[in-house]
Amino acid sequence: MTRYLGTSVKRVEDPRFLRGLGKYVANLTLPNMAYAAVKRSPLAHAKIRGIDTTRAKALDGVIAVFTGEDLLEGTGGFKCGSLPCGFQVPNLNMPPHNPLAVDKVRHVGDGIAVVVAESPYIAEDALDLIEVDLDPLPAVVDARGAMADGAPLVHDSAEQNLAFHWPLGDEEAVNEALSKSDHVVELEFINQRLIANAMEPRAAAAEWDPATESLTVWTTSQNPHTIRLLLGAFTLGIPEHKIRVISPDVGGGFGSKIFHYPEEVIVPFAARAVGRPVKWVATRSESYVTDAQGRDHVTKAKLGVNNDGTMTALHVTTWANMGAYLSTFGPLIPTALYITLFSGVYKTPVIFGEAYGTFTHTVPVDAYRGAGRPEASYLVETMVDLAARKLGMDPVELRRKNLIPTDAFPYQTPVALMYDSGNYQALFEKIEELSGYESLRKEQEAARAEGRLVGVGFASCIEASGPAPSAVAVGLGAAIGLFESGAIRVHPTGKVTVLTGSHSHGQGHETTFAQIVADQFGIDIADVDIVHGDTGRVQYGIGTYGSRSAAIGGSALVKSAEKIREKLKQIAAHQLEASVEDMVYDQDEGTISVAGSPDMVKTFAELAFASVLANNLPEGMEPGLEESSFYDPANFTFPASAHVAKVEIDPKTGEVDLQSYAAVDDVGNVINPMIVEGQILGGIVQGVGQALWENGIYDEDGQLLSGSMLSYAMPRADGFPSIALDRIETPSPHNPLGVKGAGEMGTIAATAAVSSAVLDALAPLGVRHLNMPLTAEKIHQAIAAAGNGGGE
Amino acid sequence: MKVSMTVNGREVTGTVEPRTLLVDFVRNNLGLTGTNVGCDTSQCGACTVHMDGMAVKSCTVLAVQADGSTVTTIEGLASDGQLHPMQQAFWDAHGLQCGFCTPGMVMASVKLADGNPAITDAEVRHGLEGNFCRCTGYGNIVEAVKQGAAAMVGGES
Amino acid sequence: MYPRPFEYVRAGSVEEALDLKSKTGGRFIAGGHSLLPMMKIRVTSPETLVDIGRLDDLRGISANGGFTIGALTTHSMVASEGGNGFPAALKEAAGMIGDPQVRNRGTVGGNVAHADPASDLPTVFAALGATMTATSKGGTRDIGAADFFTGLFESALNDDELLTAIEVGSEGGGRGSAYAKLFNPASRYAVAGACAVVDLDGDGTCTSCTVAVGGLTPKATVLGSLASAVVGSRITEATAEAAGQAARAEVGDDVMGDVYAGVEYRRDMLGVFVARALTAAASRAV
Repeated sequence: MTRYLGTSVKRVEDPRFLRGLGKYVANLTLPNMAYAAVKRSPLAHAKIRGIDTTRAKALDGVIAVFTGEDLLEGTGGFKCGSLPCGFQVPNLNMPPHNPLAVDKVRHVGDGIAVVVAESPYIAEDALDLIEVDLDPLPAVVDARGAMADGAPLVHDSAEQNLAFHWPLGDEEAVNEALSKSDHVVELEFINQRLIANAMEPRAAAAEWDPATESLTVWTTSQNPHTIRLLLGAFTLGIPEHKIRVISPDVGGGFGSKIFHYPEEVIVPFAARAVGRPVKWVATRSESYVTDAQGRDHVTKAKLGVNNDGTMTALHVTTWANMGAYLSTFGPLIPTALYITLFSGVYKTPVIFGEAYGTFTHTVPVDAYRGAGRPEASYLVETMVDLAARKLGMDPVELRRKNLIPTDAFPYQTPVALMYDSGNYQALFEKIEELSGYESLRKEQEAARAEGRLVGVGFASCIEASGPAPSAVAVGLGAAIGLFESGAIRVHPTGKVTVLTGSHSHGQGHETTFAQIVADQFGIDIADVDIVHGDTGRVQYGIGTYGSRSAAIGGSALVKSAEKIREKLKQIAAHQLEASVEDMVYDQDEGTISVAGSPDMVKTFAELAFASVLANNLPEGMEPGLEESSFYDPANFTFPASAHVAKVEIDPKTGEVDLQSYAAVDDVGNVINPMIVEGQILGGIVQGVGQALWENGIYDEDGQLLSGSMLSYAMPRADGFPSIALDRIETPSPHNPLGVKGAGEMGTIAATAAVSSAVLDALAPLGVRHLNMPLTAEKIHQAIAAAGNGGGE
Repeated sequence: MKVSMTVNGREVTGTVEPRTLLVDFVRNNLGLTGTNVGCDTSQCGACTVHMDGMAVKSCTVLAVQADGSTVTTIEGLASDGQLHPMQQAFWDAHGLQCGFCTPGMVMASVKLADGNPAITDAEVRHGLEGNFCRCTGYGNIVEAVKQGAAAMVGGES
Repeated sequence: MYPRPFEYVRAGSVEEALDLKSKTGGRFIAGGHSLLPMMKIRVTSPETLVDIGRLDDLRGISANGGFTIGALTTHSMVASEGGNGFPAALKEAAGMIGDPQVRNRGTVGGNVAHADPASDLPTVFAALGATMTATSKGGTRDIGAADFFTGLFESALNDDELLTAIEVGSEGGGRGSAYAKLFNPASRYAVAGACAVVDLDGDGTCTSCTVAVGGLTPKATVLGSLASAVVGSRITEATAEAAGQAARAEVGDDVMGDVYAGVEYRRDMLGVFVARALTAAASRAV
């Protein structure tokens, strides 16, 4: 038997997807199923004067129509509550968020009524027949503009549209350090709104069982237990133990499927009210106006730097757009996942950051791949580039000067976090070699001499992944602890079922978790099955986001396996008439033997069977072989990365050609290199998407102008060169696997690296900064302005 | 209306409203839910099937237009329990993560690679312009299509 | 997103198609790749669709000195047409439409009849001076491409007519053509598109030049002022640039902007892509 950890085991989940046998929510059909469609607001802000559902209800095939008031009033003692925010920073203003709007609509796409019909086609026909009388009101869409005097209020209870203000750090010390610095570089910029666009649109289905008075909900969620908790405690009022939430195969999430959405309330309500199973599947157009969106910051930053390149202080103020309602984790993203990352990989001695979270008449904003951390790395890296340019230093040299030294770990930053481990010097050495950094600079020099616009971008980034020690999370505002659970059930024949609270929606847990467990016992990976995504089968768990599954979910499994191994040792010792201390578990062979007596041996399967035969167990031992663990991490893990991008700009059109990309990541120990590289690659492409193309654009009336794949530019295969990857492995010292998060690092670094490359290409023209996305038009304008003696 | 077609080698008939999209016919009438719907503007390619030998977006074809046609969906690609070389290549090269775009991606790739065993990176990247993947970053898909193209020689396409 | 209900009838012949259309007041559907997306978002809801997709006589390309392209010919077929003298611009433009799956279903006739200003083929047909054949119960009528595109999503086709074929001349013998466009990175439609057709004499001097543009104008438009910038000269970088400048000047304010690309930028890009199309066309004029 060979060990699986560290090897690129092919994914065990793939054959079903490749054969078209994935079990996505949209594929679910139940007997007598009815279909829901939601009538949505075409306006960003309006008073609802009336809703006439008469004609819709009269349409053949329509079973029922419910409005927001119907949901609040309820039916049969069963009514819907407001969707809560699960991350409550100090002094948070949390207005109600009804599953369907009552009185007012607050963003385009806000739900107004739900139709239940015999087919999705009829349901959509009925939407046309619902007459909604809306009295349009002025809208505000801009995060900073929302606080201006006279801006329309999204919620009357939130003055200046302010949801929260969250400061961190010693502002006085920062100001003093800035005043003593040789230079202060300043920048005001926008980190644009993004739309996650997981390929599977959200969906929800529900079935009420009157016999047991229990509810089953199928939903495209990254964390079904959280959805069950919120349904039970807040939004449906059905006791939690009477609710089963199933997230079967989920087609990508990237954060957008973490949150508790109105449809998860509306659909169960409708199912119970009409006494039939009901299914709702979002159209892509609906996804654009209802899935929580990402980023959307306006930021002012000041970085102090001395002549020798030493960074002295950083001061940041950000206005973060929360959208019309607080999504489940909304306030977490621009606070504890953003400002705490301002130290980056650098030893900047003093840092102050503050965020104003504001309401606007736009789709709610919450975590999107990276969630706060890409915003932080883009901020830090952009400022570092500006400082390097100001000093006429090579940007890598400046970075090297400021790196946290390898012997400084654990490293306490000035913004709360304690980095667990890292080796940034090694990271730099490897990326310079992999990317051919020096020769890229030489190529650039030659190209510039020919008048070509070639740029080399560099980004070195940190991530706090694997949220989080529960005490820290709850201290910061989380409404629940952020541990993870893992149970291992060994069957009499030695086959193993693993129940994890993590949720896989592309990450490949069915493979990596099986690798972990198979190695723990020394058994064949084919003998291990991973179960996730079903609150009816799996013990309470937290779910997958924040690159937490391997570090926390994986560690929980190690803990459970250790308990089982201990029990097996006791059984073996008892049956071999040796002492437990002398028992040796051979994880290569899956056997337990007496030290020094290899013939006195029991196999894993023999011992599993012995545990249920139960006739010859140590005194007082319970039969059976099943253990569970709840693992609460001691700290976040801190992956780091260094990425290099090379671009050439067509001076006539402004189009960016991404010509080469190299990335070195340190995500600690690697369980499955193939899967980790896949995560990094996918992350990079999403990050490049933000840098070059993607943009959620609202006009001043709150209409989303990039509300379909025809206008929101998704990264395509032909936008990319082959990407070179390598890694170093600096294990996390505080989890048993030594792993760090791998799911978001690519995105966190790539946006900064590509933006850096484009701005580097334009630097000779005097262009100082351009906001993302770096579209051809924007670049063309900058080139033209430079040609006219302008620049920016 | 009554429609008949050959789907994955089997003669099927069904009664549909004229407005029924081909993708809904195969998913709902035939229960072949491997073909996914990822958008509503004919962009993402998740719904790609083969119709009369060509890759098409089944969200933009009416079932009645496909009346009399031969249709292959992802469920019809493997034969005798053996994955098609392109499916196998996607598995080998880690060309999928969440799996949602995969059926359409594989169906498009089979046609893209057909008769071009030495297909280049650029040809693959350009040829998949009608298929979005949000997970993989495409790199491993490109690798998979190249491997699949080579493996398809002499085999079924 | 599903279309509203409609009746569906299938035509077995052009005659029957015209009959069905006049009886039902419906709309023709061929590949459906212009019509169905609009029906799915319910901005268009015909009561009847007359399916002409099985009229196999209308599918295919035949050479007859020039080329006759049946209305049901798909973009894929055009993009892979190997006929000697088949206009290169048409072939390359067809290959730039949508994506492979869209090109497998979308038809030349449907595309042209839809008269989407952001589409590629109208620009090419305008530059090639193509002739559209419209068939009605009264017979057939030839419409020059310049007269065919009358406005935003508007063509000269009458309600009782079916576009059945498009004729283009052949090239070679000193004539070459090219199409170049700036892609919208989301939709793949043309932000600015230009098609150039040039004739060069033995020493490379341009003897005639037609350039049409689309993507940014309400309809595919032949720019008349360019010939003077080019005819009588060799097509060098300088003459191509001058033609580009002339194109920018001629379209003037008749430019549509959108959220991706504003008016100024589109006009600038027109200059760039006119120059690129001209240069490419000249290189093919052998």
